[in-house]
Amino acid sequence: MFELDRSQYPQKKPDGTLDIDLSSGKYLKLWQGPQHPGITGNMAIELTVCGDEVVEGKTHVGYLHRGFEKLMERRTFMQCFPIVCRICVPEPDFNEYCYAAAVEELAGLEVPEMANWIRTLILEMGRINSYLMYLGGQAGALGLGVIGQWTTYVRDLMLDRFEELTGARIYHMFILPGGVRDRLPEGFAGRMEKALQEIESTLGDVEKVMFHNAVFKKRTVGVGVIEAGWVDSYGITGPNARAAGVAKDVRKDQPYLVYPELDFELVTGKDSDIYARADVRRRDLLLSVDLIRQILAKMPKTGEVMAKLPNVLHWKIPRGETYVRGECSRGEYGYYLVTDGSGYPRRVNVRGPSYTHSIALFERMVINANISDVAALLVSLHTYPPEIER
Amino acid sequence: MIRDVLSPFTAWKNLFREPVTIKDPLNERPGSARYRGFHQNDLDKCIGCGTCETICQNGAIDMLPVDGVPAKLGDSGLRPRIDYGRCCWCALCVDVCMTGSLTMSNEYKWIESDPDKYLYMPGVDKKHWDNAELGYRRHEERHLSPGDRVDMPELHAEERIGSFIEMVKGYDIAQAQLEADRCVSCGLCIASCPAHMAIPDYIKAVRNGDYERGVQLLYETNPFSQVCGRVCTHCCESACAARHEGDPIAIRWLKRHIIDQVPQERILQLIGKPAAPTGKKVAIVGAGPAGLTTAFDLARLGHAVTVFEAQAAGGGMTRYGIPEYRLPYDALDRDIAVITAMGVEIKYNHRVGTDISMQQLETDYDAVVLAIGLHQGRSTRIPGSDHPQVRKAVDLLRQITTGEKIDVPKSMVVIGGGNVAMDIARSMARLQMQQYGEIRVTLTALEDKAHFLADPVEVKESIEEQINILDSRGPQACVIDADGKLLGLKTWKVLSIFDEDRRFAPKYDPADEQIHEGKMIVEAIGQMADVSLLGDALTEKLEWNRGRIQIDPNGRTSEHWLWSAGDCVKGPDVINAVADGHRVATSIHCVLTQQEAKI
Repeated sequence: MFELDRSQYPQKKPDGTLDIDLSSGKYLKLWQGPQHPGITGNMAIELTVCGDEVVEGKTHVGYLHRGFEKLMERRTFMQCFPIVCRICVPEPDFNEYCYAAAVEELAGLEVPEMANWIRTLILEMGRINSYLMYLGGQAGALGLGVIGQWTTYVRDLMLDRFEELTGARIYHMFILPGGVRDRLPEGFAGRMEKALQEIESTLGDVEKVMFHNAVFKKRTVGVGVIEAGWVDSYGITGPNARAAGVAKDVRKDQPYLVYPELDFELVTGKDSDIYARADVRRRDLLLSVDLIRQILAKMPKTGEVMAKLPNVLHWKIPRGETYVRGECSRGEYGYYLVTDGSGYPRRVNVRGPSYTHSIALFERMVINANISDVAALLVSLHTYPPEIER
Repeated sequence: MIRDVLSPFTAWKNLFREPVTIKDPLNERPGSARYRGFHQNDLDKCIGCGTCETICQNGAIDMLPVDGVPAKLGDSGLRPRIDYGRCCWCALCVDVCMTGSLTMSNEYKWIESDPDKYLYMPGVDKKHWDNAELGYRRHEERHLSPGDRVDMPELHAEERIGSFIEMVKGYDIAQAQLEADRCVSCGLCIASCPAHMAIPDYIKAVRNGDYERGVQLLYETNPFSQVCGRVCTHCCESACAARHEGDPIAIRWLKRHIIDQVPQERILQLIGKPAAPTGKKVAIVGAGPAGLTTAFDLARLGHAVTVFEAQAAGGGMTRYGIPEYRLPYDALDRDIAVITAMGVEIKYNHRVGTDISMQQLETDYDAVVLAIGLHQGRSTRIPGSDHPQVRKAVDLLRQITTGEKIDVPKSMVVIGGGNVAMDIARSMARLQMQQYGEIRVTLTALEDKAHFLADPVEVKESIEEQINILDSRGPQACVIDADGKLLGLKTWKVLSIFDEDRRFAPKYDPADEQIHEGKMIVEAIGQMADVSLLGDALTEKLEWNRGRIQIDPNGRTSEHWLWSAGDCVKGPDVINAVADGHRVATSIHCVLTQQEAKI
């Protein structure tokens, strides 16, 4: 499956390796990153170009490695909770949710219903943040700087809501094993509605300036196509799969939290190019806006937010293993947790969607791409390096 | 297509909009009400338990001493210092704070040129956010640790009042583990315990179900765990961090739980054999907790120890002063059996001074320890207190223990508000119940209810057992009729107990006079040591301090061969006696083995 469909350059040597002779003057090695505006975060791409055509691309990661999974093996179950959010900066809440849900499952804890509603709310708010950041990045990669300014502004409105709900703007640390830290503050729904309206209005502008833009279309339509057949073989999930017409979404496929009680249809596309993926994300963002409205209308007004926990200073969890997953803005997010009856996790494995998208898939897609499209292509896969190198 | 060319130009509409950015620092933007900003610490509420340090996964918190914050009972004197180079503002420290002293303000800006300034002691290093009202606060109810103490199963008042059956049933394993789970292992209790028992460690042993380890830990510091697990005055619980928001950890009951779980034979195996004989001989006068602790320690070190006990059984005040419903005799016997298994010889019914003299002990032994307790009751010396039906509480308690026949009166009055007064009142109430089917015991105390000397639990249980407790009543006379029959006690209302210099000088209101009916009056106002066994010559030679034998910090008297320990020189409870016993044993061992005393 990794046999690539290459152009005539470069030829293969009899042993199967590529015949790239850098001294021939025909090829050029080009590093994009780790400091480069056309890269998503702390990673680098080593490109071999022939003229303006990429013939070989290799991703280099490790600039952000902090060894979270290993760190957690030396921390108690509650002490892991402030760490996990750092595995994905722009959308940290999935780490908190998946970790908490895994711990709760193995510890046999029943989470109060109120906490599940608030968790769903937070996850959708996080999705909006993440998509807003993506839209700015996708437009920016093609020179449309103004979109990033607008989306950053409305993202800040959402950060304000996060701040009043969770007490922090970026690392919310609100979903902890056992429930959530607190209820919604007084008047939260009203202020949220205002923010949602502002976001919708801004998205209208974004649609006019970015999606109905001859330049943007010229650069993105038909570029960076993911074939529907790759979805399973590459493990592609999320909007990258949905834009290819594959209706994959954990929220529908294996509903968690309160998603069964919410009314929504999956957003899918069909052209599977950069434009289609951006459009799927824009519409998915509007779906999240709608889901937040539904949640705020349907959620109970009172109730406990925390299950009864044992003393977390010496909390031991019986032997067991589980895999908990959820649908984040980039695809399936999962936590595989193994416990051995001690006070520490035996093994935590984080499945971030960026890993498959930005390494295996990207290296496949960059072949034969035009060098000026590489940044837009990478951004269109919507990857966040910290979750590649947990 | 033409639309796609023109549409982007709609962006120009923003040309005339005001910027949305906040011009910091010109416009202050306060953090939200829940903002997890810089820490605040209420130094008066903080007890330095260090739970914040334990939970901090960044290792950002260190507990350090602070000028002007002395260590005291239940307060380590340490306060958290937070390294803002490591802190991630997760607020777990706030969530687990045992007193709610640690909170967070909504302040988030702090500019400093010296990085060391970010080693910050909230509350100590004064900051403008110290009194900020907004910011992250913990819930009223702690979410990350269980709050309520596991109730100890006990006999109801109706069940227990007719007999001397032990009223506390003890935790089962599930209850004990739940209770042990509440402990945060701060260790404030260790400092408060006179014997410095390894409390957090043995509670951990309960949590882990490792009772054998628990027994080993108990015996490292206390050979009277059966006794202390039942009747200890538990200073530890008044130092416990958990008491600030709820009940302290039931440390005493957990100790009892450990010792209850391990069979006696296994306890003996776990303690191990004594050291090789040293050839030194030590005599101990009195087989109470102090004497037997000394004996236990010295015997384990290889010294030959003989204990002389005037009574027919060991335990001293724990046996002859504490009623059986609080401390069953078989529990006490189990503790003593472990001690004798170490090779300690106890000579019962040997009264020193009568059966053998102190001079003889001095000659026959390398060291002698005096641990004779306080077996002589004090008298109020009010008119009529020499009447035969006016008794001392200690004498009566001893009679109950030895099973001597007591002429139980139908009604009686107890003078005193301490634990001994409660003990005798409750014991006599049981005897009245057995004999007459009804209880008529009146207890009069000088103190008002808020300042009772007795343990609040004792007072509560006494009231449950129908004891009529009267506070602020001063005894004036025992009322005796013309035939010499005791009618009752006359008391006046107490106006104050101490004078301005805190000296004992009670003032009464004679207008408020009451006669409490009783065919017996029991004085329970304190005890003293019976030192007649010393003999005149030795009494003359020894140095005294306000009626008590003068001892040095190691328990040694002015005579080089004589040490003294326990209630007779220090007081006033079992655990202090045990601690005293260890101290004296260490001192004797050092002297006998020609070492310098290191204490």
